[in-house]
Formats: sequence, C-alpha cells, structure tokens
Amino acid sequence: MSRLVLKGLSKAYGPVRVVDDVDLTLQEGEFVCLLGPSGCGKTTTLRMIAGFVEPTAGSISMNGEVLSAPGAVLPPERRRMSMIFQSYAIWPNMTVAENVGFGLKLQKLPAAEVRALTKQILEVVQMGHLADRYPAELSGGQQQRVALARAIVVKPAVLLLDEPLSNLDANLREEMRFEIRRLHDEFRITTVYVTHDQAEAMATADRIAVMNAGRIEQVDAPHLIYTQPRTRFVAAFIGRTNLLEGRLTKNDEIGLDGFTLRPAQLGQRMPDAAQPILLSVRPQAMSLSRHQPELREGWPVLPATVAQRTYLGESWDYVVRPQHSGLQLRVAAPPRQVHEVGEEVWLELDPQQIAIVS
Amino acid sequence: MNDHVAVLTKSATEEARRPGLLRRLRYLEPSNMLWILLVAALLFLVAVPIGKLLVVSFEQRGTGAFTLSNYVTAYGRARYLEALGNSLMLGALSSLLSVVFAVPLAWAVSRTDMPGKGLTWAMVMGAFIMPPYLGAVGWILLAGPNSGFINLAWTWLTGLQAPLVNVYSFFGLALVISLHSFPLIFIFVKSALDLISSEMEDAANILGAGTWTTTRIVTLPLVWPAVLGGIIVVFLETVALFGTPAIIGIPARINVVTTQLWQFFEYPVRVEVAAAYAMPLLLITIGMITVQKLLLARKGFVSQTGKGGERRPIKLGHWRWAVLGYCGFVGLLAVLMPLTVLLQASFAKAWGRGLAWDNLTLGNYGYLLFRHEMALPSIWNTLWFSAASATAAVVIAVLVAYIVARRLVPFGSVLAFLAMAPFVIPGIVMAIGFYAAYAAPPIALYGTALIIILAFTARFLPIAFANSAAAVRAVHPEMEEASRILGGGRLLTIRRITAPLIIRSLIGGWLIVFIVASRELSAAVFLVGPRTRTMSVLLYDLSEAGNFEVLAAFGGLLLAITLILVAIGMKLAGRDFMLRRN
Repeated sequence: MSRLVLKGLSKAYGPVRVVDDVDLTLQEGEFVCLLGPSGCGKTTTLRMIAGFVEPTAGSISMNGEVLSAPGAVLPPERRRMSMIFQSYAIWPNMTVAENVGFGLKLQKLPAAEVRALTKQILEVVQMGHLADRYPAELSGGQQQRVALARAIVVKPAVLLLDEPLSNLDANLREEMRFEIRRLHDEFRITTVYVTHDQAEAMATADRIAVMNAGRIEQVDAPHLIYTQPRTRFVAAFIGRTNLLEGRLTKNDEIGLDGFTLRPAQLGQRMPDAAQPILLSVRPQAMSLSRHQPELREGWPVLPATVAQRTYLGESWDYVVRPQHSGLQLRVAAPPRQVHEVGEEVWLELDPQQIAIVS
Repeated sequence: MNDHVAVLTKSATEEARRPGLLRRLRYLEPSNMLWILLVAALLFLVAVPIGKLLVVSFEQRGTGAFTLSNYVTAYGRARYLEALGNSLMLGALSSLLSVVFAVPLAWAVSRTDMPGKGLTWAMVMGAFIMPPYLGAVGWILLAGPNSGFINLAWTWLTGLQAPLVNVYSFFGLALVISLHSFPLIFIFVKSALDLISSEMEDAANILGAGTWTTTRIVTLPLVWPAVLGGIIVVFLETVALFGTPAIIGIPARINVVTTQLWQFFEYPVRVEVAAAYAMPLLLITIGMITVQKLLLARKGFVSQTGKGGERRPIKLGHWRWAVLGYCGFVGLLAVLMPLTVLLQASFAKAWGRGLAWDNLTLGNYGYLLFRHEMALPSIWNTLWFSAASATAAVVIAVLVAYIVARRLVPFGSVLAFLAMAPFVIPGIVMAIGFYAAYAAPPIALYGTALIIILAFTARFLPIAFANSAAAVRAVHPEMEEASRILGGGRLLTIRRITAPLIIRSLIGGWLIVFIVASRELSAAVFLVGPRTRTMSVLLYDLSEAGNFEVLAAFGGLLLAITLILVAIGMKLAGRDFMLRRN
C-alpha cells in the first residue's frame, strides 16, 4: 500500500513558482531523499508535507486521505509526523530527557511510560548518560542525536529531515549519515530527507528525487541516478561527467565529434532519430594507456593528447583532447598512472558505462 | 496507530471539500482579530494624538475654523524665535561636550589596558540612571554664583569675590545636560569599538603606523557612524528636554523651546499655539533621524561588523594613569560631586553650612514622608503609573513583535511601523498631542491617571518594541515548529516553548520602561492634574519653591527607588541590561 502521495504539488509566491507540479509517492517504510541545489524548492516541499506551508495547487495525502490541499491544510500538530530541523531546534530551557519526552507527554502517555520510552531511545542514540544535561552543555553531534531521539521516540507516521547534517563538521557528518540509516533500518519509519549533499543522499536513501527549479527531474535508486541520469541537469549535478552531443546517423549509429557509437551496445533504449542526442560519459568510464589497447567489439579507441592534469590523491584527473575532434574529456586514472601534459595517449571508452541522457 | 491516522485524515478530507467555508473562517482567525485590535490600540496611542496636534495647530480657538493665526502668534515674537535658536545651539553644544566626555571613555574601556574599567563603567551607569533634573539641582548647589560650593572654595582659596563658575549660564546649562547624556554616546561608541578586531589595527601596524596614528586613522574612523548616531540622539534628547532647562534656564533667563511650550500652557492654556510652536521640534526630530538612517545605510560603514580575530587591549604604558585620571574627572563631574552635595543637603538643616554634626538632621525626610501632603501620593502615583504603562507597552510590543516576526498576518509591517513611530516624536510633543486629543470632552481625560499612563505607554512603546522584537527574533521559528510537529498546537507551543524562552528579556524590557517612566518629566508635566502628580513633577514643583534641603531629600527618595529597581533589573536581566544597544 502506498503511504505518502504528493500529487501535482505546487507552491507559488506571487509569480515565482518555488515548487512546480511535483509528483512523488513513498511506500510504507521507504526512505526518499529530496536532493538539489539551494533554492530548488526541496525545503518548501518538505515544509508542505509537514503542514507549515499551504500549497497553491495539488495535494498531499496519506493512505488515500488528503492532508493538504489549497485552502484546506491539516495543521502540523495533527499529522502524527515528526521533523528534524537544520538548527536542531533543541529547546534550551529543557533537559535532554525533557526534550525527548515532550512529544510523548503531548500524547498523554502515563509518566512512567514516558520515562521508560525516553530512557530506551536515549540508549539507542548513545545519549543515555547525558539525559539530565541541558542542551547548552552538549556538542553539535550530541544535539543532533537528541533531535533524532526526540523525533523517533513518538513513532511518527512520517519522519522529515531538513538538511540535518549541514551544521556538523565533515567527520561527524559521515558518522551521523550512517547513524541515520542505521536508525531507519531499525525502525522502518517512512522518511523524507532533504539535502544538497549528494554523498549524504547516496548513503542514506532508498530512492533519490533530484529537484531543480521547483521540479523533480528524476526519481530513482542512488546507483541508477548515477549511472543512468535522465536529464542534463541530473547528469551534471550528480558526480562529475562529460556531456557529449551527438546525432543518429543513417546506419543507426550515434555520431559524435570524431567517433561513433552503436546504440545497441549502450544497452539502453533507442534514441529518437530526429532529436539531437545527449550522452553522459563519466570520467571513470574511460581509460588511458600509452600503447594502443586491443580492440574490443564496440569499445571506441581514440588517439588523444593530454591537455591538463590535476593530482587529487585518490586519483589523477586528466583533461585529454582526442585527435581530429574538438572535444575535451575529463578522464580519471589511478594515482600511479602518470602522464605528462602534451603526451600522446590512447583513450578507450566503455560503452556499458555511457548513458543516453536524452 | 493506523486507525488514529485514518480518523485524523478523514476530517482533513471533509475540510478539503469545503474550501469556501474554510477560507471565510480563516479571516476570523484569532491572529487576524488581534491584528485589528492592535491596529486600533496603536492608532489611539500614536496616530490620533499626533494627527490631532496637526489639526489643532490650524484651528481657531473655540470655533475650530481653519486659521494660520496660531503660527503667526507662535513665530511672531522675537522672544519665541530666540528660544528656537537657543534650543538648536544648546543641542549642538551639549552633543559636542558629550562627545568630549564619552569617546575617550569608550575607547579607554573598550580598547586599552587602563585600570579601573569596572569603576568607569559603574560611573557611566550612574550618570545614566541619575535623572537629569537631579543632576541640575546638584549643580545649582555646586556652582550657584553666590553660595555654590565650588565658588565658596574658590573665594576661600584666592580671596577673590567674583565667582569662578556660574551654572546659570548658557555653558553651565549645556554642561549639566551633557553630563547626563554622554552615556548615550558612550554606549554607541563602545559597542562599535567592541566589534573591531585587533587584526584591523594590526593591519595598519604592519604597514608602519604607530599606536596613535592607527587609533586616529583606522580605529576612530571605523566608529565614526556610531559617534554621529550618538551625536544625533543627544542633540534630539537635548532639544526635547524640559527638566534641566526649566530648573536652570528659567532663573538664568535662557528661554528654549520646551520652556516656552510650558509657558503657553500657563493659564489661559493656549494648546493651539503650543501645537503650532511644537512643529519645528517634530520636524527636526523626523529629519535628523532620517539623516542618521541615510548616513548609516551608506556603503563602507558596514565594515564594522568585522568578526573573528582576537582582541588585545592596547598597552598605554604610563599614559594609562592619565587616561584613568580623565575618566575619574568625568565621573567626579557627572556623579560624585552632584551626588555628594545632594545627599549632604538632604541631611542638612541648612545646606550652605556644609558638613557639620550640628547641621545633620533627618527632618527633611521626615517632613516629606510624614507631613507633606503630596510626597507619598506622588511616590505611589509614580510606581503604579510606571508599572501600568510598562505592562501595557510590553504586552502590545510583544504581540506586535510576535505577529510581525512570524508573519501571522499580511501587512504586519504596518504594526511595526506604528509601534516604532513614537521614536521620532519628542515626549513633550507627544504630551501636547495627548492633551489636545484626549484632555477635553468628550473623552475628558484631563487630570486622570489614565491619560498619563496612556501617554507613557505610547512614549516608551519603541523601547519595549525593540526589546521584544529582539527577544522574539532570538527564538528560531524551528523551536516552535519542532513543538507543533510533535503535536503541540500554536497556543500550547507559545505557552510551553516561546514564553519560557523570551520571558527574561521581557522582564528586562519591562524594567527599562518602568525606570525611564518613573523619572519622566517632560511628558508628565503637561498632563498631571492636582491628584496625579508624579515624583518628577513634584520635584520640579519643589525646585520652584526653592527649599533645597527638602528638594534634595525628595531627590534622595527618587534615587533610592531607582537604585532598587536597577538592582532588581541587574539581578534578573544581567548587569548591562540598561546599557545594551538595541
């Protein structure tokens, strides 16, 4: 049974459409990330789900019942959701235990049960020993754990997270990423997670919805978002890539600047003949070698010149120019494979890793 | 849990089916009702008195017909025009003197290793909380031409009969005013200096500039907007000040706008002429505050928000004793000397005889507390007028601040504008507006407590609003949203989350309004009736009677009450709660 459904959801402030006709369905217990650059409408979408913002068109429903529609918004306090905020929003005038128990008390649970559940969840997030501290005495990571405990302890129908890790330093961010996923695996709460950090989205989500300019560009599992981007924006936003424009030739090949590919080998849908074709070639989909490699069926091999190089520690980032072509391609190579600028090399493309974007 | 959700969401679908009805209900939401109520209250408190002031200035007495004769009367005599010129000159001289007192002190406390910073700070605080008219009385005892202590000492030392100093002079008046207004510039400049990191000065040092050059060409120019802002505030305070010019200026035959306005209120009261005569005061204030905003909005002046970098005090070497000496000198003039002579006089049978055992008495206090028919009622009046207006101002202010900050209604900024508007209206002009609008029938509030409370509320609303707005802004909206998403309604959220978080700041704001209201004179003096005299007005009455021992004792009572309140405030809201810059 589908759980949370956004249908044609839109929000406009005056003439500006911040969220534009968003459709998204979350299954029970699913973890979906809204990923996009700042200003793409992802936070507004989340705040509409929470009931803080009224949509100007479309609807949000849960189990088939409408929660939000223009002019009829169920207030946040009646949605049985919970949320983790960018600022954590830990109340400074209450102890850790009081913060975590707040939602339970509002549910009118007996005091003993509130205490027991609070204690239990604080153990889960490894904060049991700090239950009587005030938030000002906690580090950022500890405050984040309190926020997590406070949101999870009420067993919400939907858990919403608004850039929860953006105020943490890099190491802690990585740790909390796994913590959030671990808690999701443990409690299976339907979750919507907003972030602009693709690594965060990849590490946590079952599916990622990439947003741009108020619209959802693509919704897919993380590895599909990466390997099979469907729009130019998704291809460019997720990871680094080379975008190549081509056209279908008479003998059903994709003609690019200087070489051709056979669509059958890309293992993807046939492109439309009339339209220009956009291909995404990841730097990892190509390799460089000093000597001409053995020809493989369908793997284009081109002579090229190294134009620039940058050493990144984990890899080399080369920019090469294939001969008889105006293209400039970024190619990743292992750290020990060293080419000088100006060197002649052979460039090989793996057709399996090339995605037809449109 | 699923059943729960189903029940809840069912009502949502019902609601979704009737958006028309819902939309109509939304207009009746409590926050919208409150908005209308607040607009009405603010119009009554702010817009109507000022509007009425404008209208009255163009009305003929009795008939209400349009006329320009009030303006002809108000500006038709050389004496009235001279008062206007005097006010402007007094404002300029006082703000200049205030800069001379305030800037070195602010620099010394903020940027140097001068000893005795705490003491200097306490002294500035003292000068700030001492009502200016008390300082004026103290300086009459110190620098009266014949029997002032300074002149007596001068004669004793040199044998010369001609007085050394005379408080009853233009310079004397300006000096006494600036000794109580320089803390304003001090606050402005010190908070600006506190924002400058040592790195800014280091950057000049590394290029070859010495300490003094750096201070002159880097540090001081960076705080120039703060100095200018302070000058404008002191100027405006001075031209709108009534107490000190009345106590010192009237005997010295120095007429200024405020004392002239007071004379228009002597029997027969000529409100319409006073209204016409108050216009320059209003226009100057509005104009100068606009100028200040424009100046501060200019690009380049924003660099003072420089953050980060450690702050090291400048090492003054032996100079620090000279700087400390200057701070002590200012403290002597502003607080120690006037306070000493006031206390001496309050316990003296005859103040001119100085400190002597046979001159000591508690009779002045005894007379005020047990035999004077107005002293105790005036204390009671002051306390409850101030408490009532502080409460009203803070309640209105916090509601407006919350509605504006959370954008609960469209056009919330109208509320904020009205709440801040009295900031550009001098208290004395506000009082005349209240008199014109509400003293006469049909509302007939003349001589009631209510008109004073309302006028105080309106006058100090901007202080309360700035305070409340800062308090509400400090509570991140997500603090409230976190409660709502967990099942708390808006009211529960305000009660359990917002209120506990802002209550301390609100108490601080309440106390500030209470304290400034308890010493307010220039608005009160126009609005009190025989039964509603406040301490400040009674003190002014006593000064006219010329019994300085009783006057000083009453000043002592006023000061004691103020000190108790300030002590409570520091305990509840922090040491610097009155000197914080909004």
